[in-house]
Amino acid sequence: MSTPDTFSGYERRPSVSAKGPALTDDLRAIWETERGLVGWLATVDHKQIGIRYIITAFAFLMAGGIEALVFRLQLSWSNLKFLNPEQFDQLFTMHGMTMIFLYASPVLSGFSNYLWPLLLGARDMALPRLNALSYWIYLCAGIFLYASFAIGFGPNVGWFNYVPLAARAYNNGPNIDMYALGMILLGISTTVGAINFVVTFLRLRAPGMSINRVPILIWGTLTASAANIFAIPAVSLAFLLLWMDRNTGTHFFDTTAGGSALLWQHLFWMFGHPWVYAIVLPAMGMVSDGLPVFCRRPLVGYSVVALATVATMVLGFGVWVHHMFATGLPGVSLSFFSAASIIITLPSAVGVFAWLATIWTGRPVFTTPFLFFASFIILFTVGGVSGYMTGSVPVDWQLTDTYFVVAHLHYVLIGINVFPVVGATYFWFPKFTGKMMDERLGRWNFWTMFVGFNLGFFPMHISGLLGMPRRIYTYSEGMGWDWVNLITTLGSFAFAIGVLLFFWNVLKSLRHGVSAGDNPWDAPTLEWATTSPPPPYNFAVIPTVASRHPLWEDRLERNPGAIRSETGVGMRLTYGREALGTTPLDATPNVILKMPGDTLVPLGLALAMTVIAAGLALTNWWIVVVGVVFTTASILAWLWPEAQLGETAELSEAGHG
Amino acid sequence: MAKPVIRLKSSLPVGAMDTRASGWWAMIFTVFTEASLFAYLLFSYYYLAVQPHLPGTFPEGGPPDLTLALPNTVILLLSSVAVGWAQFGIEHDSKWRLVLGLGIGAILGLVFLAVQYFEWAERPFGLSSTSYSSLYFVITGFHMAHVMVGVAMLSALTWWSHKGYFNSRRFAHIHIGALYWHFVDVVWLAVFFTFYVTPLLGLAS
Repeated sequence: MSTPDTFSGYERRPSVSAKGPALTDDLRAIWETERGLVGWLATVDHKQIGIRYIITAFAFLMAGGIEALVFRLQLSWSNLKFLNPEQFDQLFTMHGMTMIFLYASPVLSGFSNYLWPLLLGARDMALPRLNALSYWIYLCAGIFLYASFAIGFGPNVGWFNYVPLAARAYNNGPNIDMYALGMILLGISTTVGAINFVVTFLRLRAPGMSINRVPILIWGTLTASAANIFAIPAVSLAFLLLWMDRNTGTHFFDTTAGGSALLWQHLFWMFGHPWVYAIVLPAMGMVSDGLPVFCRRPLVGYSVVALATVATMVLGFGVWVHHMFATGLPGVSLSFFSAASIIITLPSAVGVFAWLATIWTGRPVFTTPFLFFASFIILFTVGGVSGYMTGSVPVDWQLTDTYFVVAHLHYVLIGINVFPVVGATYFWFPKFTGKMMDERLGRWNFWTMFVGFNLGFFPMHISGLLGMPRRIYTYSEGMGWDWVNLITTLGSFAFAIGVLLFFWNVLKSLRHGVSAGDNPWDAPTLEWATTSPPPPYNFAVIPTVASRHPLWEDRLERNPGAIRSETGVGMRLTYGREALGTTPLDATPNVILKMPGDTLVPLGLALAMTVIAAGLALTNWWIVVVGVVFTTASILAWLWPEAQLGETAELSEAGHG
Repeated sequence: MAKPVIRLKSSLPVGAMDTRASGWWAMIFTVFTEASLFAYLLFSYYYLAVQPHLPGTFPEGGPPDLTLALPNTVILLLSSVAVGWAQFGIEHDSKWRLVLGLGIGAILGLVFLAVQYFEWAERPFGLSSTSYSSLYFVITGFHMAHVMVGVAMLSALTWWSHKGYFNSRRFAHIHIGALYWHFVDVVWLAVFFTFYVTPLLGLAS
């Protein structure tokens, strides 16, 4: 039933056909990355990039976890001298920085990178080279941030790096400079990644996937990405100004010459609080898509959950001052930001009730991913309540800078990020690898993590209420803090064993996992319509979408005459790497996009930018100039108009309509 | 009644086509993130401006002089007009208007940079004098860096236009580059207003 493509000038009417071996052979030849090292470095395949993101992020999770275990030993009883104060300071700073910046956000980028085009019925992300660039800069920035720690000069004043402690006068080594420059580099990675997600959402959804039909994970990552586009410049700027204060004699944060220490806190938290939502909303999206599969019904309240996601983020831009309640700001400001912080519980509660209602009205199947997703609801509620408490100014004055806040942020970040991410790994591992993860080991994995986590972090609420401050390297006996700290340390080790069981399960299942098939969970969304693992081109023909649950239509749609989604017949698009561009709201096809091939330019650009950062760290202007020259050359090579990509007036063979 | 699934009625344009090009959308969001950067820079200015200062230190040496800055602002706006003229030109398949308009835009950008250089040289203070001087050099410096990137973009586009890469259907590169250039010009108005106009209105001086 295939009709040939019809050409006219810059336009083409693409042929439509069913899937078939001839078609998939053609597509594989077009899309497959070359074998060997060069191909590996040059690939722009979103699936490979996604997996790299996930593996790198998990490596940083291990590093950050080991750092935490080391200083938990130091804190397990009063007056221990296992670490000196400087070592302790570097370890807790590296721990926070690693978990927040190098694990929590990148791991979600990894899942989203892998899953987005599959969920949307697309052949790749909208900007594949930018995707590769985003990963390479992330890797370079991670190595950069760890380089100074490796030689004993890691950042040492906490991940939020307050001045004046971070100023040259009190911190003369390279510690803070490396942190500042590494963060600017990482900011570029996050920003270009965010732009890629937003453009992909607006342009690459399968025909028919109007915005009321996209999975909630898409809403989560989209919202987080949009927020990052507006929020990241604040922190990049703050770190640049700090670097200038330290190295070029400016006075932004210097109170002796008209600067302000609080300016740092404002810029940092204007970024910081939206960022907190950016590292949880995509994970909530994973739960919103994964949990209903194990309840055998669609999510309750799709529309309100999607709207609540967006509302949380919008409100999230108006709450940053709740990190600064104790800095002596005017009462009006405190009242406003306290009210905003408390109002944000409303959209959060919408999510919680939607997930509960989904379980309540569904027929739950108690698999490992279900356990992780369901436990997330409990942990999120605990973390939400402690957050609500500290949103109140008088309570915050009592509890700020105590372990209560540490407990809160770990319930929020581990509860809403790590638990969903581990659940999501169990859920999507079959799609990534074609193999199931081990269920029995999965149960051990879950219960060790869940018990260990609560044993370790719940007592922190108590040590906080007993007045134990954050960031002290030891404490005297007789404060009444010894036993809670010992329990916390034991719990943190149990939690770490749980995480190790998870990694063990991943490795074991990679080798010995049971073959999964295309759709082992009988799930409703498009990624399960293709093979496991998916082919390089994702879908042999472009799917057409008629509902939120393309693969569940037969059982959900009672009207036999209703139009169904179609994954077996569709546009072929085989003249080079091609994707279908659709309109932003209704997803009506309006262009055939020519997608770039594999290229080393993104890697070169990432390295060139890292050279600039290294030059600035060494304050060697020659190195900076070399970096700028190579950066410019890479960008020029990248953007040079190519006939093959349909960027010039020439009608080339492949670029031809 | 179910809505019909999308049926393709006509042929589709192929490649980087007008505002359907992915790069166009990417540039829109690049402009958003850059605009946020300037918003945070100007926030820093206003935040420090309203802190208590010794008299005559904010702005240091009194409100800055408009003699160079005002004409320079006009020059930058004219460069946007030239680039816009080039954009309309290529939509009507006029290669000479495209090359000329982009070239004039790039040259006016360079003139702006040269005038800014004199403006910097005239300042009675250095980068490390006070918080005001730091703000002045860093914020105008940020803007100049953006102008430099813009001039580089316009130069590349001029060269590519001269080589005949674009016509009335294929001009996505032009619109993408021009969008950035118009942004750089518009954001200057915010910088100009902040540094040159608000002190005259009585802020902080």
